[in-house]
Amino acid sequence: MKADVPPSGPPLVELKGISKRYGDLLANDGIDLSIEPGEKHALLGENGAGKSTLVKILYGVIEPSAGEIRWDGRPVTIGSPVEARALGLGMVFQHFSLFDELSVAENIAVALSSDWSLSTVREKLGEISRTYGLALDADRAVWTLSAGERQRIEIVRCLLQNPRLLILDEPTSVLTPQEAEHLFTTLDRLSAEGCSILYISHKLEEVRRLCRRATILRAGRVVATIDPRASSAREIAALMVGNAVGEVRSDAPHHPQGEALRVSNLSLPPAGLHGQALRDINLVARAGEIVGIAGVAGNGQSELFAALSGERLADHPDAIAINGKPSGAMGIDARRRLGAAFVPEERLGHSAAPTHRLSENTLISHAATEVSRSGFILMNAAKRVARSIVQSFDVRTPEGDPQARKLSGGNLQKFVIGREIIRKPKLLIVDQPTWGVDAGAARLIRQALVDLAREGSAVVVVSQDLDELFEVADRMAVIHQGTLSPLKPIGEWTKEAVGLKMLGVSQAQGGAHAL
Amino acid sequence: MTVFEAILLTIVTASTPLLIAALGELVTERSGVLNLGVEGMMAMGAACSFAAAVTFDSTLLGVVAGMLAGALMAALFALLVLGFAANQTGSGLALTILGLGLSGLIGAPFVGARRDPIAPIDIPGLSDIPVIGRLFFEQDLFVYASIALTIVVAIYLVRTRSGLTLRSIGENHTSANALGLPVRQVRFWAILFGGACAGLAGAYLALVYTRFWSPGMTAGRGWIALALVVFAAWRPGWVLVGAYIFGAATVLQLHAQAAQFGVPSQVLSAVPYLATILALLLLSIRHGRAIGAPGSLGAPFVPDR
Repeated sequence: MKADVPPSGPPLVELKGISKRYGDLLANDGIDLSIEPGEKHALLGENGAGKSTLVKILYGVIEPSAGEIRWDGRPVTIGSPVEARALGLGMVFQHFSLFDELSVAENIAVALSSDWSLSTVREKLGEISRTYGLALDADRAVWTLSAGERQRIEIVRCLLQNPRLLILDEPTSVLTPQEAEHLFTTLDRLSAEGCSILYISHKLEEVRRLCRRATILRAGRVVATIDPRASSAREIAALMVGNAVGEVRSDAPHHPQGEALRVSNLSLPPAGLHGQALRDINLVARAGEIVGIAGVAGNGQSELFAALSGERLADHPDAIAINGKPSGAMGIDARRRLGAAFVPEERLGHSAAPTHRLSENTLISHAATEVSRSGFILMNAAKRVARSIVQSFDVRTPEGDPQARKLSGGNLQKFVIGREIIRKPKLLIVDQPTWGVDAGAARLIRQALVDLAREGSAVVVVSQDLDELFEVADRMAVIHQGTLSPLKPIGEWTKEAVGLKMLGVSQAQGGAHAL
Repeated sequence: MTVFEAILLTIVTASTPLLIAALGELVTERSGVLNLGVEGMMAMGAACSFAAAVTFDSTLLGVVAGMLAGALMAALFALLVLGFAANQTGSGLALTILGLGLSGLIGAPFVGARRDPIAPIDIPGLSDIPVIGRLFFEQDLFVYASIALTIVVAIYLVRTRSGLTLRSIGENHTSANALGLPVRQVRFWAILFGGACAGLAGAYLALVYTRFWSPGMTAGRGWIALALVVFAAWRPGWVLVGAYIFGAATVLQLHAQAAQFGVPSQVLSAVPYLATILALLLLSIRHGRAIGAPGSLGAPFVPDR
């Protein structure tokens, strides 16, 4: 690590007028940004604001259409990640750039220059792990590791190259609160040693915890550079979104009654090689309430969703009861006819067929009920349904009835959730409702879920976003390695308690050991 | 030489082209590219090697021509799937059809010509060991080369830096691109290597195995080589084992036909192919998915620049 950089020199990196054009879309529009040596600088913005494009340009993954990059005051062109690394840039990707079947050491070696042998990598890995408290087993295959451990690989991979600027793209989106705090400690230490940090996030609390300077992007432009500790969360959010953000309201009183969903002793073996078994799951969702299920990705959420939706059948019919009817052995459409609706995590390819038009996509869930008759599609009905979803849920479409893949993530998510809600289901089960969705769309979706519950439906929300669950859920449970904790009213949970449960640590064992 | 020895010798001869072609395809697939054109590249290798060998009266030139023909076909495939990000399954099938047709055209003037057998390399002393002596130590150069190639490929993939890069690219080309690994460049060479191997396997068929040319003489061996790669779970050592099992099945069914067991000869001829299907079936039952399959296998790669 380069430690003693003079404070009065030029900024470590300076971006001037960076633009990137994709056809008609200006993803980056004349962006200026500078980072001092040892500074922790935040890059804030909604999804689609151009953050990822900007850092990919900085890291040499994509070419800018215009603009200049200065490094140590000298103009440079960064033609590839290899050149970026040679300059002293390191990057921790949002979607990890790891190779599941390779070992930890191999994953690190592959990104380093060829004079690193595997044995040197092992040695240095041990050293760095000890110095920064980033424990890693060099010979484990990556697919066996947790998200937190995977991120450590990415960080260690960067640190081995003595970076002068470390870029982290949404690093905490897959971490438990405890793992995130651990990451911040590491970053503080790196910064103290003179390494600059560019921290990309849309989580304001983290940015305030970590950074003194933040650049806010909106629609590809810099709208402000601020001290995040001197501004309120509401002010920053307003800068990011462009207009004041309201909070989800749930003023109507609610008196949950009647079981819409009862899961009794549901156990399922893992579906595939890397799957997670479900162990003795018990869960009740009553009409009029939102039940939240928290957990770190890969702990059985997708398996639970598949079992609830009927993509996988339970071992006995009584394991799942929808509106009082044993439905563990029923397929998806049969469950839909009982009044249930489902929104899986994956938007493209699971909730929606990418190359089909929105009207055709209504068939996926409405075929069971209204847009087909005797095996024939009622195309006009489908178009009508699509139109009303687009109107009621503020889906912004490039044309009247576009292919699903033409919609941005947030708009498609509004569409697929709207598609289920418009059926007025008695029971709605949603997996990661606002994953990778901008703040405006996320607020609309959460509001729609709350409204549905207040109108008397039961809603089950599976989410990794704790803030979201605390905002909408009435009762919550945590899933860890296929086991679900008991449901408790949201008021009886604290973030710390949830975080420990997510790590599989019981309350008695306490916090420090969890790390 | 006993009948038993003779059978063992023919098994080696039948297995060698399968081994060479499968090793080439294995390297291609480990880089994440599925080339279904092995049969076509092999047929082109056979036709061109035989044509060159007869024209110049040189086995060496024949072999070189066969490998070049295979590599050239592979380059065409690479242009489609890397240059234009075309569908790999479709392009591979097209390559097979093209190769089978074109090889018939190139080979047409040479139908009826014959080549002399090439001399085996006799390792003095060792080849005199009873039964296994001639089997292991009096084979032609191709057989030794194919065994050496297995070892080289195994070491390359697991032990070398460049092998690690190739495996990473096959495992996840998006990550590899984000790290700045040269995805398309590595895949290009892997495809070319696969083509040269298929061409060499074809040359072996025409110059050593049959010593004549006839259209369609590859007789599905390219497909068996493809199945072998899956059977071997993308591991070179298992390709060697698999190639010899399938080679043995091919030879033994011939002898079974000659012995007249009262089973229709067509059923026996189908044995190697049935064995292929069975191997794939057993494998998928045991693992529930194609274990060891490179993560990006068959997916087109388009970098976002």
